[in-house]
Amino acid sequence: MQSRKPQGGSTSTALAFSVFLVVMTVVSVYIFWAKIWWFPKAITDFGHEIDSQFTRTFVITGIVFVAAQFGLAYAIFKFRDQGQKATYFEGNNTMEIIWTLGTIVLFVGLGLYARNAWAEVHFVGASPGALQVEVTGQQFVWNFRYAGPDGKFGRIKPELVSASTGNPVGLDPTDPASKDDIVSPVIVVPANREVELIIRSQDVTHSFYVRELRLKQDAVPGMEIHMHFTATDPGDYEIACAELCGLGHYRMHSILTVMNEPDFEKWEKDQEAANQ
Amino acid sequence: MVTHEDGGGHGHQHQPPSGFIRKYVFSIDHKVIGIQYLCLALFSVFVGMALSLLMRLHLAWPAAKLPFVTGGQMTPEQYLALMTMHGTIMVFMVLTTAPQSGFGNYFLPIQIGAADMAFPVLNMLSFWTTFVSLVVMLCAFFVPGGAPIGGWTSYPTLSALGEIVGPGQGAGETLWIVGLAIFCGASLMGALNFITTLIDLRTKGMTLGRLPLTCWTWFVTAILGLLAFGVLLAACLLLLFDRIGGTSFFIPGGLVVTDQVITWHKGGSPLLWQHLFWFFGHPEVYIAILPGMGVASHLLSTFSRKPVFGYRAMVAAVCAIGFLGFCVWGHHMFVSGMSPYSAFAFSLLTMTIGVPSAIKTFNWLGTIWGGKIQFTCAMLFALGFVSLFVSGGLSGLFLAQPSLDLYLHDAYFVVAHFHLIMGVAAIFGMFAGLYFWFPKMFGRFLDEGIGKVHFWLTFIGVYAIFMPMHYLGLAGNPRRYSEMTAGPFLIALQPVHKFITIAAFITIAAQLIFLYNFLYSLFAGKEAKEENPWHATTLEWSIPSPPPFDNFGGLEPVVYHGPYEFSVPGAADDFIPQHLAPNLVRKA
Repeated sequence: MQSRKPQGGSTSTALAFSVFLVVMTVVSVYIFWAKIWWFPKAITDFGHEIDSQFTRTFVITGIVFVAAQFGLAYAIFKFRDQGQKATYFEGNNTMEIIWTLGTIVLFVGLGLYARNAWAEVHFVGASPGALQVEVTGQQFVWNFRYAGPDGKFGRIKPELVSASTGNPVGLDPTDPASKDDIVSPVIVVPANREVELIIRSQDVTHSFYVRELRLKQDAVPGMEIHMHFTATDPGDYEIACAELCGLGHYRMHSILTVMNEPDFEKWEKDQEAANQ
Repeated sequence: MVTHEDGGGHGHQHQPPSGFIRKYVFSIDHKVIGIQYLCLALFSVFVGMALSLLMRLHLAWPAAKLPFVTGGQMTPEQYLALMTMHGTIMVFMVLTTAPQSGFGNYFLPIQIGAADMAFPVLNMLSFWTTFVSLVVMLCAFFVPGGAPIGGWTSYPTLSALGEIVGPGQGAGETLWIVGLAIFCGASLMGALNFITTLIDLRTKGMTLGRLPLTCWTWFVTAILGLLAFGVLLAACLLLLFDRIGGTSFFIPGGLVVTDQVITWHKGGSPLLWQHLFWFFGHPEVYIAILPGMGVASHLLSTFSRKPVFGYRAMVAAVCAIGFLGFCVWGHHMFVSGMSPYSAFAFSLLTMTIGVPSAIKTFNWLGTIWGGKIQFTCAMLFALGFVSLFVSGGLSGLFLAQPSLDLYLHDAYFVVAHFHLIMGVAAIFGMFAGLYFWFPKMFGRFLDEGIGKVHFWLTFIGVYAIFMPMHYLGLAGNPRRYSEMTAGPFLIALQPVHKFITIAAFITIAAQLIFLYNFLYSLFAGKEAKEENPWHATTLEWSIPSPPPFDNFGGLEPVVYHGPYEFSVPGAADDFIPQHLAPNLVRKA
């Protein structure tokens, strides 16, 4: 049998392929690099840490991405069929070992490095003085409950839940501790003070997501999940639901307002007064 | 059942069945069944694409009136129903069936020198069970309430409480679960068959070290299927019991849905479903992609006229991916409320699975390096596969870190990641396989000219669709939103959504070019007169196109060479077929 003739258009196809890979790689990386679409500014120290870890990961994967795509582009053009004979080799154990060890160090190292940020948010609980806010997800709203002046969350009962009559979380009026509880459709927190969220759901799984906090936590029926943060920058921030919860998922949102301490105290007082 | 006791060269020919039904419908011929699976996948992929196009149009122009949508303008529940069915159909009916049950069924027996699968009747049964499962699932569109809206992951309690939590969660969701359970049964039968066939029916000389990499990936994929689908089957049954039997495996007590107290359920855990589902769901990713890796390796070697670089390392990497694939499911659950300590363990294991994936990529580059690359359509798709695999794989290194996942989880970054790696890369593997094997299967070539147009539009198109989704994810755009109108930051991202929709429209239109090529070439394509038009080495190229009913005419082929003997020094031709006796290899 005669050896196969070069495929028609071998050089132009090779060139097109290589050029496309290079252009695609450069454009993709540039859009990341230029931060045309990017995270909003973080408002916690933890958030800044996440951003640094993201950058580290981006630099490492970016280098691998560019090297792999450029390598592919180079090989496609360089080794296109021009009637040459292919070189015969079946592999190289030394190279296999080198790149196996190299990627282990790189990837697992990156994973180990990421431990710190995760540990900070999840391995350590909130400090005792933290402001506690209970977050309740339900189709398709968020409700936030503060313990009020007595510092104690009152009893809630599923059978008392009635969003239509203004008791969305089912506060039990017979429990004295529930009398001063504040229930609000938005969450207001003081700046520079730790906040502990107690996240729960009444019906299906939701997810509490604030981009500026760099935090997301599912609200799971039957579970109370704790999460904590200390916001530093006053302002209004969007809360989105990040777990599919039904037809209104896309519109299940609320606002996190971070206030300076005096403003927050005033807000709390106003809420308590409205509660009387 | 086909018997193989007559090895040693003097076999008898098996007669094909006569009659249309036995030959083409309830056939026990693995080749016919393979084509049936491919047809099922082809039908499903066009359905799945149509659903995604409607979704994309709605995302870009939420107020637009759309065809095939009851009422014209799409409601949120219609969007979520399309989304759920798009994911389900694509994952199960396309990505699970075509690469493994389709191509694997057709070519695994031939590549190992067998006359059929080990259990031909079981093989027929698994196809028709799959078919029933597709029909049951599609029925969900036509029941009151419509198709389910819970996504392909179907998390309880949304999936467990019934109609009360949303339209589609009644009869539609029940059909979905039943359909999926049936599919699990079909996949288990298929997996058993593949494993037995590969272990038992390899021909003389076909040692494990001479198996084509395609067969290795089909083998490992079958093992994954056997271990994973059983768990999904159990999960589906438990969920079904919760819905219709009053049990509470996944439903805790004290729930209130729109002011109505759920008193009849207590004690269950929604997280239990997530563990069971992802114990299946993560290996499923590899079920979809491993055969594509096999095809890519096979074609990169064939069309570079070079042996696969590091054959043993490739096999080891496939096995490592298969094994580690079962140890990483928790990375889907970093924000689920699962223990943060186990999250960290899952994270490290997930980073580790990047290592065999990287080895494969290096070895693919090593395979074409120093080669003589022939740009057939099959090769273009194989090269495209490598590029997409790299692009889709690297974003996994972000998502594998729980701290970064806190931000990126359930955002469009994830959508970009899994579409590139599990969707598009796997589909490129299938296209590569189809352009390569079409002449063997049908005796005619797919048109290379039309094929190139198809390749370029698709390759550029998928990058234009999925690369921008990473940027949406960085901006924090959550997934599974039926419109992006609820918050200012989402409205600001609308131009990106429009761009993606336009890219999707063009890319999907390009698939019509493929469909035309497929149908045209089937009946009027260039005839494949040679047995081995690509000058390939594996056994399927030693028999006529299309192969006779019993593949090797009753003879048992003998294998003398490894699968990728290209450009061997001292040989006259630049390929040595596996079945060629050493004394017949022409010297240079």
